[in-house]
Parts: sequence; C-alpha cells; structure tokens
Amino acid sequence: MHKWLLRFVGLFYLLVVLAAPVGLIFYRAFEHGIGPAWDAVTTPEAKHAFFLTVLIAAIAVPANTIFGVICALAIVRQRFPGKGIVNALVDLPLALSPVVVGLAFLLLYSRTGWFGNWLTGHGIQIVFALPGMILVTIFVSLPFVVREVVPVLREIGTEQEQAAATLGASPWQTFRKITLPAIRWAIAYGVVLTTARALGEFGAVSVVSGHIVGKTETLTLHVEAQYQQFDYTGAYAASVLLAMIAIATLVAMTLFKPKEETR
Amino acid sequence: MAIVARSVTKRFGEFVALDDASIEVPSGSLTALLGPSGSGKSTLLRVIAGLEQPESGIVELDGVDVTRRAAQKRGVGFVFQHYAAFKHMTVRENVAFGLKVRKRPRSEIRKRVDELLELVQIAGWADHYPAQLSGGQRQRMALARALAVEPKVLLLDEPFGALDARVRKDLRAWLRRLHDEMHVTTIFVTHDQEEAMEIADQIVLMNRGRIEQAGGPRELYEEPANEFVMSFVGPVNRFGESFVRPHDLELRIDPNGETTAGTIERVVHLGFEVRVELVLEDGRDLWAQVTRDEAEELKLAPGGTVFVRPRRSRVFQTT
Repeated sequence: MHKWLLRFVGLFYLLVVLAAPVGLIFYRAFEHGIGPAWDAVTTPEAKHAFFLTVLIAAIAVPANTIFGVICALAIVRQRFPGKGIVNALVDLPLALSPVVVGLAFLLLYSRTGWFGNWLTGHGIQIVFALPGMILVTIFVSLPFVVREVVPVLREIGTEQEQAAATLGASPWQTFRKITLPAIRWAIAYGVVLTTARALGEFGAVSVVSGHIVGKTETLTLHVEAQYQQFDYTGAYAASVLLAMIAIATLVAMTLFKPKEETR
Repeated sequence: MAIVARSVTKRFGEFVALDDASIEVPSGSLTALLGPSGSGKSTLLRVIAGLEQPESGIVELDGVDVTRRAAQKRGVGFVFQHYAAFKHMTVRENVAFGLKVRKRPRSEIRKRVDELLELVQIAGWADHYPAQLSGGQRQRMALARALAVEPKVLLLDEPFGALDARVRKDLRAWLRRLHDEMHVTTIFVTHDQEEAMEIADQIVLMNRGRIEQAGGPRELYEEPANEFVMSFVGPVNRFGESFVRPHDLELRIDPNGETTAGTIERVVHLGFEVRVELVLEDGRDLWAQVTRDEAEELKLAPGGTVFVRPRRSRVFQTT
C-alpha cells in the first residue's frame, strides 16, 4: 500500500513542479503552429542570441572543466596551507546570488570601477561586452566539475596511481591512463551541469551585459525581452530552443557512454 | 640485485614510522619484513620502492644510490595488499600496462602477457575485468603485472593479507616455488610469523620503526636477540628472570633439585601435541607443550602436581 503512495507522491511532485511548466512552454510556443514559432527563433536578434549563448558556453564549459579537474586534484591529492579556504571558495558561486556576482563585476570593471580607468585607457572593454559575460558565466558555473570529481578522486584512492608509477608510467601517463578513466563519469556529469548552468544563466549576465539587442543579448535575456514586449510566441519559442540545447547535451553525453559501463 | 637501506628515518607528522632502520637483502634472496602493525615494515618497503621519501638515510639497489630517484625509474615490481587492480582494464590490459608505457612492440607484449598469465594460472581470465576475479586471482594478476616489466627487485606489501586462510596457504607455497624458479630478489611484508618462517630465507623483524633482529628463520627462533624477538616468533613463558619456550619445559613426576613444583590447571589435547597449563608455587602461570606419549606417561590430570625444569632458556639484559 505505502509503496503505491510513495510512487504517487513522487510522480505528482515531479508533474506539478517539473513536467507541467515545461510542457506548458512547449504548448504555448506551438500554440499557433510551427510556423510562427520558427519565424520567432529565426529573427536576426534571436539567431544572434542563440549563437552568443552557445559561444559563451563553448568557452566557459571547457575552461571550467580543465580548471575543475586541476582544482579537484589539488584539493584531494595535495596538502598546502589554505586548502580549506580553497575548498570553501569553490562553493561560493553556489551560495552567492548571480545578481550580486554581476554587480561585483560591474564594480571592478565598469568605467568607474576599480580597474575601469586602466582598462579604458588600454582600450579593453569588459562589462557591457562579451568578455564580461563570459567571465560571469565562468564564475557562476565553476563549482560543478570540482564538486563531482572530488568525491570520486577520494574514493579511488592513490594505490592504482602508485602501482602505475612503479610500473614505469610518468605522472602524465598515470593521469591519462589511470586517473582520467576513473573520473571520466564524474567529469561528464559535471560538464552536463556546467553546460546547463552556462546556458541558463540570467541574473549575472543580465547585469553585466547592458542588454544591447543583437550584441550582448543571450537567449535567456532574449526570452525576457520578448516577453516584456508582449511577444509571447517569441519568448516561448526561444525558451523551447534553450530547453532543446539542454536536452541535446544530455543525449550527447549518454551516446558517448562507452559500452563497458553499460555492461 | 642486492637491496640496502641505511639509517632510514621517516616521520608522518609526530609519528616516527622508521627510526634509523638499516637492512641488507642479498641478491636473489626471499626476505620477509616481519612485525606487528605500526612497526614500520610497510613504510620501509615503500621507501625502498620510492613511494615514500625518507627524511634521512639512503636506499641502494645493486650498489647504486637511488634515494632521490622516482618510483617510476627504480625498476622495482610492487604488489599491494589490496591488489591496486586497474578496474577499467581487462586482466590482459592490466598485465600489459608496464610494457605499453615502455612502448614495446605489440607482438612482444602479447607474447609476454600470455606467458605471464600462464605462469600465474589465470590464462582463462585474460579478457575479464578484475571485478570478476576472486581475491586470489586478483593478487596473482597483480603479481603478473609487476613481473611483466622484468623488475630487478620484487616488493610485496602484505600480499596475502586480504585473502582467506586456505587461499593464503596455497599462494604462500606457490610464491616460494615461483621465487625458486625466477630468483628475483624479493622482499615481502607480513605480520604473520608463520608465513615468514615458512617461506623466507631471511627474516627482518621490526618493532616501532626499528629493526630488532635480522637473520634466518631458525636463527631468530633459536637465538633471539631480545625478549621482543623471542615472544614474536614463537610462544614463550617467563620463568623467573629467564624466558623459555613451552616445548623446552621438562615435566617430571618427582623433583630432582632443579625443579619447581606446579599444580596442573588444565590439560588440552590438540592431537599430537598436549598443552598443559600450570600454576607454580609462587603463583605464576605457565604452559608447557608435551607430546601425547609424554602426557600419558606422566598421567597428567587437572589438580595434579608436577615438577618443572626448563631444558633451555634465555636471559635478556633489560634495556
């Protein structure tokens, strides 16, 4: 009896908070048929927003993946003073509201900010431009790879790596052939989460972007802009596009899964 | 290839794992590093392998100082207690690992791996993953993997420690035979004195990071350097100021001037051997090991009185 109750409660919860809103977005986007939805996402602004979003993710995700693995290795495998602080710092983006992150970047890099004078003098623009948007996206999506990889590294221990060393493997060979295969699923999952966060980020990007249509407008910003201009089809269609990219990332990860894991 | 460690000291924080430890292992021998847990035996092995850096002291392989050389370049084969199997590789890939990182030709790798799998009797498991193997098979795989690169020395860290008693006994005998065929200088760590006595040419007994005594199994048993050695390598009784092994106690029906009277508490028949537990006149406990025939001759029974004399005993200077 309570077995059914558990299932019912679980499914109902998922339906109300996940499936219904997402379903509604799809419904509203295609309410007037495929045509208007397609037109809405193929306007120059929408296309630009799409490419900008993908571009930012394409830079932020690899950066956070490489940095995340290095950082996880340092946290788990090494002893150094201030390790606890590093470990806590990695979680900061999870605790800090993205809007605050955006404001912090403004304070540092805007024309009146701390580094603003110097940057302007050298003709470098960070905020209200692509570099700032990439930086804040990296900031908010930083913890995921680290947090996924750290526990796995702890669990596998160092014996396999030591065995590889006694067998003549260099540190790099050991990393590539022993450590990396052991943590690849943690990395993959971290990458999926990082990608999702990078694509969906709104608050921080919104603050540093300046909302310049066709220039610094990402898909999430585009959704908001369309919505406020009462272009509901446009807003929902762009939302669907966002959801599709996220789903595509998940599917790609599943496809790349090597056979031995599914044994 | 001879192995020498000289005055090696290693600390982990406050804990002194190795305290001025020196050993010499002759080329081609099978040496046991024996000691209770925490005695530093594994640490010494790891220092020899280059997996730990000592604070002071040197390690020589075949007369060459390798103290600052990385594990990767020492040419030692190392076998871990918990196998350290590469979980994402098949048995064949595990054994081939060392040859692959050395970029040996494929045909050679294949041939060598086949030979080794045959040698350690897991040829039928070549394409399985370590998780599908039993503990004993996994450890044999780990041994084959270490042997693949033709190490000059073989270091085994409690190789049978995680296995059950029967598999352990089989593997022990098998390791001795393997060593007799290959003559690779081998050191293995164990806390089991029987294991060390059974297969080692030389035993190095450690305690609290120090070497207590090194020598042949018989030497350690017959000529222990101190009380610790005597009690670690076999059973021992305290008899006044001296120490005596239970089988070196003579039991008599009548006193003969050198004997002490004792009351029998318990008589335990263990097949051929009989354990006799006694309380001496001065209230001290003692146990003697006699044969079944002797026990019958003396008519040993609980409550009875016997007279005890050590045939052979040792007195150690207290330090």
